[in-house]
Amino acid sequence: MDTDLIDATPMDLSTDICGIPLESPILNGSGTYDALAAQRAFGRAVIDEFPFAGFVSKTITRHPRPGNPPHRLWEAPSGMINSIGLPNPGLEAFVAGDLLELAALPVPLIVSVMADSAEDFALLVEAVSAVPGVAGIELNVSCPNVHSGLIVGEQPKETEALMKALRPLTALPMMIKLTPNVANPHEVALAAEAGGADAISLINTVKAAAIDRNHNRTWLGVGGGGLSGPAVRPIALAQVRAVSDAVDLPVVGMGGIDDGESALEFILAGAKVVAVGTENFRDPRAGISVRNGLVSALRRRGFDSLADAQDSTLS
Amino acid sequence: MAAEGRPLAPFNRRDCRVAESHAAGGYRIFTLIDEEGPPPAPGQFYMLTAKSEWEGASGRPYLPRAISVARSLGARGSVRLEFLIDEVGAGTRRMAAFEAGDRCYVAGPFGNPFSMPKQLNPKAAGAILVGGGIGIAPMAVLRRELVRRGVPSRTLLGFRDQAHSGGVDELFGCEETRLAYEDGSAGHKGYVTDLLIRMLEGDDPGGAVVYACGPPAMLEAVRKICAGYEVPLELALESPMACGFGACYGCAVPKNEGGFFRLCVDGPVLRGDQIETAMAGEVVTSGIGDAD
Repeated sequence: MDTDLIDATPMDLSTDICGIPLESPILNGSGTYDALAAQRAFGRAVIDEFPFAGFVSKTITRHPRPGNPPHRLWEAPSGMINSIGLPNPGLEAFVAGDLLELAALPVPLIVSVMADSAEDFALLVEAVSAVPGVAGIELNVSCPNVHSGLIVGEQPKETEALMKALRPLTALPMMIKLTPNVANPHEVALAAEAGGADAISLINTVKAAAIDRNHNRTWLGVGGGGLSGPAVRPIALAQVRAVSDAVDLPVVGMGGIDDGESALEFILAGAKVVAVGTENFRDPRAGISVRNGLVSALRRRGFDSLADAQDSTLS
Repeated sequence: MAAEGRPLAPFNRRDCRVAESHAAGGYRIFTLIDEEGPPPAPGQFYMLTAKSEWEGASGRPYLPRAISVARSLGARGSVRLEFLIDEVGAGTRRMAAFEAGDRCYVAGPFGNPFSMPKQLNPKAAGAILVGGGIGIAPMAVLRRELVRRGVPSRTLLGFRDQAHSGGVDELFGCEETRLAYEDGSAGHKGYVTDLLIRMLEGDDPGGAVVYACGPPAMLEAVRKICAGYEVPLELALESPMACGFGACYGCAVPKNEGGFFRLCVDGPVLRGDQIETAMAGEVVTSGIGDAD
C-alpha cells in the first residue's frame, strides 16, 4: 500500500488515555467503524491487523433504536453530512451480544453511551461497568434531556450535574464527547472536569443541512444532520486547542483526520490522542495509514517520540 | 469464503490500474485490473475512488462510489473487472473520464451475492432475469454464472430509449434477450414489466424464480408482480453508501418487519419479501446527493 508509509526504524508511539494503555495514539471515532460488520466483509484480517490502538463502540442507548429513516447521507465538499440516528440494539441486547465480542478485540474497549435522562445514563454506566473487558466509557451528551429539553453538552451546568451524578457509579475512566455546536466548548469542558470527567473528546459533527435543489426539499430524512471529514478540521483544531488550554484533562482530538500530518496537527494543538472517523469510510485501513503516517510526520518535524510532540506547545 | 458462501474482500483499498475505457451507447464501460482480490460473485459490488482528481478543486467527489460489476474475467491474482457507468454526478463523471493507465482505489468485493434458483425455489426450472437501464450490469454477471452452471435462464431488459441502452450488445452478446423500449425504438414498446407479466402468464409460476436490478420504480413494479404470482424474487438494490463494509450505517433500507437493513452488509441482494418497498431508494440513482 502506498499510503501505508512503512518507516524502516520503529518509533515508540505508546501512550495512554486516562490510564488506558494504548500502543499508539490512534482511536476510532464512535460510530465510524463496526468491528463486527468489518469481519463479515474482510474476515479475520480485521482482528489480525486491527487498525486502532483502542476501540470506541458505536453509541448505545437504554432502549433499541432503529435509526433515522433514509436518506442518511449527503456528500459535501471534502466531507459528508450524516443523520444516522444512533441505531443500536439497546443496552440489554448489546450487553448480551455485541459487547462480548467487542470486549474480545485485541485492543482496549471504550463503550459509548447516550441517554435523555440522568437516570438512564446511570443505568447504562452501571451496566457497562459490570462487564469484564470494558476499559472505559464515553458519554455522548449531544442529545436533549427529556426533563429540561436542553442538550446536555451545550450547557455547562447540565454537563457538570450529569458528571457528578455518574462519577460515583463507576471506577472506569469516563470520557465526555463534546459537541462543536456551542460558542464556548471550553466552558463545557471545564464543567465536565469539575464534575469528575477523566478525559474530553471532541469534536462531534457540526450541525449541517443538505438541500436537494432538484426537488426543492431537504435531502436527509430528518431534515438536518452533522458534517464531518476534512471540511471540519480547522474548526476541530480551534476547539481542541481552546479546550486543551482550559482543562488539565487529556483530550482526544478528532475532526477530519485523514493522514499522519493531520493527526500531528491535533497533537500539536493539544490532543494527547486522536481519533480517525470519516476517513475510515474511504479506506478500511485508515487507522493503520494514519498511524504509519504519524511516525513519518513526527520524524519529519524532528520529534524523537510521540511524547515530545505531546509535550510541545504552540507558539 | 465467508459463512454466507461469498468471497471475502482483502482488508484494504488497493491501487488498481485502469486497463481500458470506452463508450457504450450513452454509458461508459471501464476495466480495472485487480491483482489481489478474488473474482466477485454475481451481485457483489466494489467501492471505487479515482486516485487523481478525487476531492479536487471543488472538494468533490469525496466519498468512494459503490458500483456493481458488469463482468469479471480471470482468477485471483489477475481479475479483470468491468464496470458500466452512467454519468449522473461528480463521482461517475470522474470515472467516465478514465483513460487506460489511470489508477483507481478498489475496495471489495462487498455484499451478499444472488442465491442460485434452487435455493430460492426447489422446484425452479430456471431463472427469469429482469434488468433496467444501468441495472443490467448485475444481470449480465448473473446470467454468465447461470450459463456456466448449466442453469437455464431467460433475460428481459428494459430501456428508456436507445441512448440509455448502452452495454446491452456487449454484455449480453448474441444471447437471447427480450427487449423493451419505452419509446418503441426497438423490441416491445413499453415497460420491461409488460414482458415479465407475459412470461409469468405463459409459465407455470410454481417453477419460476425472478432476479431483478434497475431503477426503483421498475424494481417496485417487479416486486408487486412477483408477490402477486407468488414467485420468489431477489432484487439488487441501490442506496447512498459511504463505506461498503458496515461502518457508516448510511445505506438504510426499510425492512418489512420494521427497522432497517444495512444494504452493504445485509444486501445489496435482498428477497422481495424482505422489504416493504423498493422505492426507498428513489432519487438515489443519482448517487450520494450527487445530482446535477
